[in-house]
Amino acid sequence: MKLNACAQLLDAQVLVPADNMSMEIRVACGADLMSDVMAFACSSNEMMLTGLINPQAIRTAEMMDVKVVVFVRGKLPDQSMLDLAKDRSICVMTTQLPMFTACGLLYGAGIMGKGE
Amino acid sequence: MRPVELNFAIRGSDFINAGEASSNMKKALSRLGLNPSVVKRAAIAMYEAELNAMIHGGGGQARVQIFSDQVLITISDEGPGIPDVGLAMQEGWSTAPDLAREMGFGAGMGLPNIKKNADEMKIETEIGQGTTLTILIRFA
Repeated sequence: MKLNACAQLLDAQVLVPADNMSMEIRVACGADLMSDVMAFACSSNEMMLTGLINPQAIRTAEMMDVKVVVFVRGKLPDQSMLDLAKDRSICVMTTQLPMFTACGLLYGAGIMGKGE
Repeated sequence: MRPVELNFAIRGSDFINAGEASSNMKKALSRLGLNPSVVKRAAIAMYEAELNAMIHGGGGQARVQIFSDQVLITISDEGPGIPDVGLAMQEGWSTAPDLAREMGFGAGMGLPNIKKNADEMKIETEIGQGTTLTILIRFA
């Protein structure tokens, strides 16, 4: 599924656009615990959904080669987080949807989770 | 050939800047054109260790030595030390403070995850003196 279609599906506001908003998103994970993202998440995640609103969410995405971070529940990162994401070429968006609903919509649209 | 050496200071309880050392190491390895999966293993292992030094060790030092065939990462702190390394290696065992949990960490996955990603890992720790963690990642 293309990234811009993901944003539309989640009715998300894009805060830091990707260089290529038409990039294909195939695998995603959802977690508020970054420890779990690093320990259990799939090695090929392209998108991470989280409600954790601090710079370590962006850092974790960087280490895991995640290309897109979606903040759920209407969480809004501050400017320093957006600057960090931009510097690391990580796309950031925010949706008012709760985690369960956002993940469900993406899964229903064909995006896979770990090991699928 | 002499290794390329990078040194970084890790500040205690600095949840804003923690990860910067690991980010710089990741960039340095990426510039060498290594397999991305090797770079990612090194980045995850060092990031977990850097967070441990920041959260538990009161800060410390990171030294990265990049050889032609491997990278050696040494994270040291002068914190309280680890009373029971066996327990600390168990998934889910954590002594992280509430602040670390609020920041998305402290699930007790750090050391086991470092071990999972490293080719070799060594913990040297002494109560009241500190901890030194050595991580070796081979490029092939």
